[in-house]
Amino acid sequence: MAVDSVRTRTEPRVRARGVPRMWQLCAGAFLVAALLVGLGIGPVGIGALGIAESAVSHLPFVDLHSPLSSVQEAILWQLRAPRVVLAGLVGGMLAIAGSAYQGVFRNPLADPYLLGVAAGAGLGATIAIAMGFAGGSGQIVPVAAFVGATLAVACAYVLGRSAGAARSTGALVLAGVTVAAFMTALQTFVQQQRSDTLRDVYAWLLGGFATAGWRDVVVAAPYIVVSSVILLLHRRVLDVLSLGDDEAASLGIEVRRTRLLLVAAATLGTAAAVSVSGLIGFVGIIVPHTVRLLVSTSYRAVVPLSLVVGAGFLVFADVLARSVLSPAELPIGVVTAFFGAPFFAIVLRTSRSIR
Amino acid sequence: MIELHDLSVSFDGVYAVRGVSTSVEKGEWVVLIGPNGAGKTSALRALCGLLPFEGRVLLDGRDTSTLGRRDVARLAAFVPQSPETPSELTVGEYVLLGRTPHIGYLATEGRADRIAAERALERLELVEFSERPLGSLSGGELQRAVIARALAQESQILLLDEPTTSLDLGRQQQALELIDSLRADGLTVVSTMHDLTLAGQYANRLLLLDRGSIVADGVAGDVLSESNLASYYGAQVRIVRDEDGIFVLPLRQ
Repeated sequence: MAVDSVRTRTEPRVRARGVPRMWQLCAGAFLVAALLVGLGIGPVGIGALGIAESAVSHLPFVDLHSPLSSVQEAILWQLRAPRVVLAGLVGGMLAIAGSAYQGVFRNPLADPYLLGVAAGAGLGATIAIAMGFAGGSGQIVPVAAFVGATLAVACAYVLGRSAGAARSTGALVLAGVTVAAFMTALQTFVQQQRSDTLRDVYAWLLGGFATAGWRDVVVAAPYIVVSSVILLLHRRVLDVLSLGDDEAASLGIEVRRTRLLLVAAATLGTAAAVSVSGLIGFVGIIVPHTVRLLVSTSYRAVVPLSLVVGAGFLVFADVLARSVLSPAELPIGVVTAFFGAPFFAIVLRTSRSIR
Repeated sequence: MIELHDLSVSFDGVYAVRGVSTSVEKGEWVVLIGPNGAGKTSALRALCGLLPFEGRVLLDGRDTSTLGRRDVARLAAFVPQSPETPSELTVGEYVLLGRTPHIGYLATEGRADRIAAERALERLELVEFSERPLGSLSGGELQRAVIARALAQESQILLLDEPTTSLDLGRQQQALELIDSLRADGLTVVSTMHDLTLAGQYANRLLLLDRGSIVADGVAGDVLSESNLASYYGAQVRIVRDEDGIFVLPLRQ
């Protein structure tokens, strides 16, 4: 009887919510608005229509003349566009990596820097700057930061595994803290040895997009795209992992292998993001939690929405960073925390889902 | 349905389960009993491959050491003592997670999976709860949701670690009746249980473990004796037998 009623019904009612249509539209609109504002606002204002027409005119086989002057064209496509695209990529990456880390470690405070990405990148960048690779055409600093970041996490993973992380993630987190402390000590030491580079190191650590160009986008994008795709594909697996290691394993998931894959993907993407933007805090925690509070705690919603909302959030933050004290720039980390923290406090206060 | 050959489980050289051999028939309900630390939970977890072990475990005639985790998950569903139930997940979503062994690693549920999940919900009379978040359920309803998730796995074997902890007496009985009724669908059940009276009432067979080894194996009437409980539990009890069954009553010393 019960079985028959299921078979005769056309569609089973049980379903996973995923991302509700309304939130898909909201997140999409937020990102589009961020991109238009990011491209349009600056010492030379460019309207949304102008941006759209100029963009269309650059498409092949379209016979439309851009309404913008050549100066505006250059500002738009050589200065602002790479900056906006890079901020979007980095913001999306930090947020999606944060959501994945929170799922893998089942810890709401996990952020993409948990296993030492930040300290490792800081050490790599500091060494490169101390050796005199800061200015010029050199892409040495980002590469050094990238290598430092991935090395730090690899060390943390190996150390954690040998300390029993096979059974719990606690050892892995402690290993991350240990490696980060050691690398920060080394970084401070190198910095002290070459105090003349202090300013450059500090500027790099604070992060930002002031010097962003298309080359940065080309360097970072492949890692960020691959990493994001891997994390997006794991959104259902992350829900399974939220049941705990034992239950995930009893449901047929190879927990250790899956955790390694997710950590590796999130780390590579984060390292690439950090190497072109410096250390930008807060995005990896605030964006996934805002999504959780507003939409759903299921990773099927949190992972994709974090990517889109994180991208829009950092583009907006970058607009503020370059326009509040224009022509000077605020460090973007200051903006993410200064505007992000009160916003998150409001969400936290008003959300019904916190019990 | 289940065969154990010389099953041993050790943690850093200390054996929690030592040389356990037994078999469980299809449709049988076997309950593992024994004092704290006797190895009940370790044996259960080794059965479904959650712990490394020595010896051989055959589920439905297949050696689990030759199977991948996903294949084992299709043969046996495991419900831990205190399952994680993320409070924001709806009952429907939670039960759908039980379909994981049948879904490609990176794929999402298809229609067949949603039908299987709905069937599990109907079996446990939870259909009207399917849109409710787990956090809004009572203890008894939550336990049913957990069992529904295990049923959605559509395996022939159900392994339950202390299925009645944190339930009141009435809910305990309801949960056990429910598990008993699932056996009519051909399910084989192995569980651990603290309450010896309830264990005796519902199990076809009791396995009494002490320090990792089987020290008594049989129907409740044979295993639940005053001498067994004195020597292995260090407990003073009176066993009362009447037409309704066997009752284990603790005595003050």
